[in-house]
Amino acid sequence: MKHRVFFWFFLPTGLAMFFFIAMPIISVVSQSIFTPHEAVLKTVKNCDPFGCKEVISIDHEATENLRQEQPFGRFVGLGIYFDRGHLAINEIAGAWSMSDSWTVFFSKLGNLPFYRAMTFTLTFTFVVTPMVIGLGLLIALTVNALHAKIRGLVIFFSLLPFVITPLIGALVLFWMIDSRGILGGALQWLLSDPNLSLKASTGLMWTSLIIYGIWHAAPFAFVIFYAGLQTLPMDQIEAAEIDGATRLQRIRYVVIPHLMPLVTFVALIQLMDNFRVFEPIVGFNAAAHATSLSWFIYNDLGGETRQLSSASASSVLTIVGVAILLIPVLLRTWRDFKSKV
Amino acid sequence: MSYRVLKQPIGLKITIYLFATIWVIIAAFPFLWTAWGSFKVELDFFSIADWTYAITGERTKIEHNSAFTSAGYKGAWIKESFYKNVFNTFIICFFVVCTSLTIGTLGGYALSRSNYRYTFILLITALIFRAMPPITLVAGYMLPFFHWNVWGIMPTTIIVLVAINQPFTLWMLHSFFQNIPKELDESAKVDGCTQFQAFRHVIIPVMWPGVITTGLFSFLLAYNDFAVTAMLLSEDNRTMVPQVAAFLGTTYTEGNIMFAVASVVSATIPLFILVMFFQRQIVSGLTAGAVKG
Repeated sequence: MKHRVFFWFFLPTGLAMFFFIAMPIISVVSQSIFTPHEAVLKTVKNCDPFGCKEVISIDHEATENLRQEQPFGRFVGLGIYFDRGHLAINEIAGAWSMSDSWTVFFSKLGNLPFYRAMTFTLTFTFVVTPMVIGLGLLIALTVNALHAKIRGLVIFFSLLPFVITPLIGALVLFWMIDSRGILGGALQWLLSDPNLSLKASTGLMWTSLIIYGIWHAAPFAFVIFYAGLQTLPMDQIEAAEIDGATRLQRIRYVVIPHLMPLVTFVALIQLMDNFRVFEPIVGFNAAAHATSLSWFIYNDLGGETRQLSSASASSVLTIVGVAILLIPVLLRTWRDFKSKV
Repeated sequence: MSYRVLKQPIGLKITIYLFATIWVIIAAFPFLWTAWGSFKVELDFFSIADWTYAITGERTKIEHNSAFTSAGYKGAWIKESFYKNVFNTFIICFFVVCTSLTIGTLGGYALSRSNYRYTFILLITALIFRAMPPITLVAGYMLPFFHWNVWGIMPTTIIVLVAINQPFTLWMLHSFFQNIPKELDESAKVDGCTQFQAFRHVIIPVMWPGVITTGLFSFLLAYNDFAVTAMLLSEDNRTMVPQVAAFLGTTYTEGNIMFAVASVVSATIPLFILVMFFQRQIVSGLTAGAVKG
């Protein structure tokens, strides 16, 4: 395709992405290094019959002028990044010099909101992703061994947790795990602890969120692997069987290597999607026990006081996190492309 | 397909069917349970006294003389005007799907028929955009949208959702178009068509399966979005999902939670129907990107 023709074909989508993805990134970065102007204060002498007092008040005119002159706000550089709400450099240094062991240091780290969010996000990402791949593979192998007539039905029900709106899926599960719901009640009965409640236990909350993550994403992995199983080289399987390979060995040495490219694909998508975990935290009302980076930004943006600078700094840090996560994949794709050209 | 080599011993067969049954229950039971419970009163669905109340509806019988009540639905749809949110959702989804397919097909087609280095860079950029959590962009929208006075209205949200969906749409359509042989439009060009005419008369008639599948996923992305719609829409223009969240957030009054349960069930029904009719397309769409690698 000629460059000119390509340009016109690509223009609409390119413009959409430029104005609503690329520009916002720039605006987020610029917001994170500027902060709104503080009100200009002036000292006025108020005199009454009992004497004169100096009163400090807001100079509205001067504040307005300042805002007009520098619409971006006050330049603070990386100040917001290093404050207590984000990377908390001072607090970390303090905790480092005060703590005599790693456990103390990490527990202090857990009290800082940004690190708390990051810990949960990373835990969630790196627990859910492998579990989803494992469970998805198991379901795919199972469904593939079912009678052909009922496979369609199983796939239909399997797709439901995946297509469901994340917030709604989270609520549906949450209402069941709630201490007054059926699963929560069953759990209380099983562990004979009538006070056991999702709202009171951090461990239980983390586990439930992770279970939700697996429940939501396993169908995705399942469908991909199931499609891969349909293209399985039957002659290889037969050859392996003739060579005396057991069922497990056939899976281990023929099926799984055949599915390996798909495993990489699912892992990539899952890393990206789990890193943005957000809705379940709202749905489970989990903020007291677990927060994620996305929730952290959402929390700053919502409410009466929209803390745009703080939210922007968290956004930039999150984008950096995504970039670090993607680097290995990008390098590999780049090398593949180079070798193809 | 013959599975002669996979003949199963009876023990394995039982395990397989047992596991499949358990999985189906895990996948589907929560929805069934919630749908059943949405016709009960709160003290039954969240029963402290006895969990079987949620099935039999003892309290519901006392309050409404019947084991089923549509109080939750009435409250949500009539008292809280949930129908407005449903209407908004479908308006937004319709325009998002149409716009993103129109500009996405053009872009995806161009990407699949071009082999320069910038094609690759554009695709990788799209992948990076796809990886970014949408909420990270929202902070960047706020100030300009307030400044231009376009915050809170539906067209803004539609454009934002279209843009956020583009990277995904491009990748998906790109892989569909690569499966349509290049010889098709090249021979049209040899016969004297311009690139656009070749696209218009040769490619569009054969591209529908891919476009429908991509459209389904665009629809799902718009329908399921919470981060963008919750932050960018004013209260009057809210879609279903932020409204459900709002039901939970309002000060606690008895029965209010049942509004949320009823609206959750209502919002699930369109998705249920979608999977029922488009199961094949959803499966093929999921695998389209994967098999290409």
